[in-house]
Amino acid sequence: MVTTEQIWKLLNDVADPEIPVLSVLDLGIVRDVNVSGDKVRITITPTYSGCPAMNTIETDIREKVQGLATVDIITQLSPAWTTDWLTESGKQKLKDYGIAPPVEGGTGMFENPQVSCPRCESANTKMLAQFGSTACKSMYQCQDCFEPFDHFKCHR
Amino acid sequence: MKQDYVLHLADTHLILGQRLGEWCGHNVVLEQDIAMSNIALDLLGQCRSLYQYAAELGGNKQTEDQLAFLRGERQYKNHLLVEQPNGDFAFTIARQFFFDVYHQLLCEELVKCSDKQLQAIAEKSLKEVRYHLTWSSEWMIRLGDGTTESHQRLQTAVNELWMWTHELTTTASYEEALDVPRPSDFKAAWHAKVSAILKEATLEIPAESTKQAGGKEGVHTEHLGFILSEMQMMQRTYPGMTW
Repeated sequence: MVTTEQIWKLLNDVADPEIPVLSVLDLGIVRDVNVSGDKVRITITPTYSGCPAMNTIETDIREKVQGLATVDIITQLSPAWTTDWLTESGKQKLKDYGIAPPVEGGTGMFENPQVSCPRCESANTKMLAQFGSTACKSMYQCQDCFEPFDHFKCHR
Repeated sequence: MKQDYVLHLADTHLILGQRLGEWCGHNVVLEQDIAMSNIALDLLGQCRSLYQYAAELGGNKQTEDQLAFLRGERQYKNHLLVEQPNGDFAFTIARQFFFDVYHQLLCEELVKCSDKQLQAIAEKSLKEVRYHLTWSSEWMIRLGDGTTESHQRLQTAVNELWMWTHELTTTASYEEALDVPRPSDFKAAWHAKVSAILKEATLEIPAESTKQAGGKEGVHTEHLGFILSEMQMMQRTYPGMTW
């Protein structure tokens, strides 16, 4: 008999295909796990509406769990995902990977959040673009070590 | 009735997403190429949720793909504004800005409507739309209050697009009949926001002129047919294809 704890443990090994250092649990997109006999219902929520990784994530979860139980994956839109659901260890993993974790503020016109460089910690950084290689990131450059880096946008 | 409304929303998102996608690989600078592709992706994601809901409302007789790719021109209910060709960068920015102001007002109202699914889609979309509006508003100001050339090009775009903006705040018969926001109720708010940004961008607010509408009822400009023929080519060549 499979337990809820076993499923959560398995999900910890399912990586985000676009930022592979993060697991789906670090991202906070798994909202519920419900085990009933040999059936498992997993509720996930997309980060951004158009996140192309969602289909892959669903397939990866299914592959991970299907040996143990029949899997049903439900996509839930509300409550809408927020970067507040990123775990603390997830934020640290992002930083170690070279992506600045979400920084609040600077949401008005011509305002940018004050993001520190994930390499040298300098606060002297500049936003290069509001959008980046994936929906969840924007592009910055450190003005001290000149390293270009991604900022995982604060999404609320 | 409700399916008509959801299709109207979905079609508008889809067609604008397709238009923005046309810039991919052709934009003026890489950062803005990425910006437009990202916004297009958000819109396509939002329209998928809407088409899935429309399919459900229609008793799942048609799938989301069939609704998006296998209907005829007269069955599309998108606003005429979003099917207008990209023109130059200024034209695309002005079209996006007019739409974003409408889109944010719409989502702010939709989160309060009685339909749980539309509420959920709007709640999710709203966070994305706020970011789009900040981006397009900044570009309005940057270009409008920029060089003589950028100012003149953006003013031309604003003037030429103005007649299509009227439809954003008209209420269709299917909206009258449902418990959903009536766009005519936020006409004043749309004008106030647009005027404030145009003023900051040192642009003239166009005088009232011809008002074009009909898209919400399926009567389109000549441009939609061309978009659909390109967009639907795969489904019509290989019927039933899936990813």
